[in-house]
Amino acid sequence: MNQPVIVNNQERKETTTLNLGPTHPATHGVFQNVLEMDGERIVSGVSTIGYIHRAFEKIAEHRPFYQITPLTDRMNYCSSPINNMGWHMTVEKMLGIKTPKRVDYMRVIIMELARISDHLICNGILGVDTGAYSGFLYLMEKREHIYEIYEEICGARLTTNIGRVGGFERDFNDIAWTKIRKFVKDYPPVLKEFEELFTRNRIFMDRTQGVGAVDAETALSYSWTGPILRACGVDYDVRVNEPYSSYEDFDFDIPVGTTGDVYDRYMVRNEEMYQSIRIIEQALDMLEREPKGVFHADVPEIFLPPKEEVYNNMEALIYHFKIVMGEVDSPKTEVYHCVEGANGELGFYLVNDGGRTPYRLHFRRPSFINYQLYAPMSRGMLLSDAIINMSSLNVIAGELDA
Amino acid sequence: MGKISNQVVLQKLSARFGTKILLSSEPQGLLTIEAGRNDILEILTFLKEDGELNFNFLTDITGIHYPERELPIGVIYHLHSFRNNVRIRIKVFLEDQNPSIPTATGLWHGANWMERETYDFFGVNFEGHPDLRRILNVDDMTVFPMRKEFPLEDPNRADKKDFYFGR
Repeated sequence: MNQPVIVNNQERKETTTLNLGPTHPATHGVFQNVLEMDGERIVSGVSTIGYIHRAFEKIAEHRPFYQITPLTDRMNYCSSPINNMGWHMTVEKMLGIKTPKRVDYMRVIIMELARISDHLICNGILGVDTGAYSGFLYLMEKREHIYEIYEEICGARLTTNIGRVGGFERDFNDIAWTKIRKFVKDYPPVLKEFEELFTRNRIFMDRTQGVGAVDAETALSYSWTGPILRACGVDYDVRVNEPYSSYEDFDFDIPVGTTGDVYDRYMVRNEEMYQSIRIIEQALDMLEREPKGVFHADVPEIFLPPKEEVYNNMEALIYHFKIVMGEVDSPKTEVYHCVEGANGELGFYLVNDGGRTPYRLHFRRPSFINYQLYAPMSRGMLLSDAIINMSSLNVIAGELDA
Repeated sequence: MGKISNQVVLQKLSARFGTKILLSSEPQGLLTIEAGRNDILEILTFLKEDGELNFNFLTDITGIHYPERELPIGVIYHLHSFRNNVRIRIKVFLEDQNPSIPTATGLWHGANWMERETYDFFGVNFEGHPDLRRILNVDDMTVFPMRKEFPLEDPNRADKKDFYFGR
């Protein structure tokens, strides 16, 4: 750092060290980039992470399966139900639990809503970082509607704790269904309006096209997944490649980009939101054909009994206690399960030795892996471009550090 | 489902490496093999570059600690063949004192941070790694906290009760 740069034989320049972060408003999270600047251009950069590292993997080794759920909520907090469901499906895979179709479809609905809420924040913020605030405000209202749906289902809005091993804690109530149907109807016009603001906007295009372009080979070498990989032209999506939760029943497209730049990432996310709406509509139709009132698998030894029974029934109280304290028979095995998180392949590697708690639990966090390329790809960029490049990667600090 | 089966992958690996593939199993359907530290780079290179197998994608690298075993520190690789839609898990076990294994950064750039994380938590030295530093913990930390000799404190400790703190 601060090395003199010889621009030509006559002129000597000194570079400046610039700390972008750890708590810079434009980094959208607590991570630091020490940049070496030549004027406004980035010569090199070093990323430092770990500012909110909370040792989730270590804590998980001391907690029974149900008590790990709140840890997963706090990874990608913009789409916590996906983390939730991913974790519960991992445990189900380990225990060999098969969930009813209705539960699968309900999960799909919640996960796609979560994907929309994550993408709309990401694209909205991308607009803010290019200097346009109104699009973000349009979309924020819709995120509020998604949070209201969560609230109806589980009482929480951000860190939802929405699922259980085997299904949901309770069936969705009528208000939740009404809100979901209303959202599916209301959202596409708003998204279209948002698109009209940005997609063909000259300033937005000039700011994003050709910025932060990554070719498919580099993206794969850096283990990128999710919308940013698909923006490079690789159509890898866990929902299609290894369908979970009945995703094989749905008809949807995987949008891919060509250039892998910020603009393509924006476009891929936008199109994915339309596809998510399409999936939810199909799921709502399919649910009509499923038996009503089924919201969990029939596994009383694993699924927490309803609260009202716990208060009034000794048997239920004993089961509740045993399950929460991890006194559950589980096989000695190891399992890797992954879901398509909002920003990539979210994997859970669980090694179980048959005890109360996992022997080892590792989260494959897409933000952690996607962010690695940020400093190398920012070389030669203007600082203002590096800012929107960061928003387009959609790195969530909670997931990055875990 | 994948386009090639676990058996095909295992056969190809066995034909190429013979007894260097120490153990294989299929927990939950995912082919898992164990290998020695001296062969791991060769195996990873073969899996990545073989035209039929084509495990082009490094999904994850992580560690595990079994204190009671002879070789207690494990390094676990998850690879994915996009073309065949098949995954494989490779485990390498290392000794307790100064565990060391060749780096995979020459094959995948993405291995860089994954190996740094494994070093940070388990103290595995990845030989030839371009920048082996701690990544999530502070630099002056002296222990490798995910090893089993560092248990979390008992949450039921009496001196941590809320009323001692006026809560």
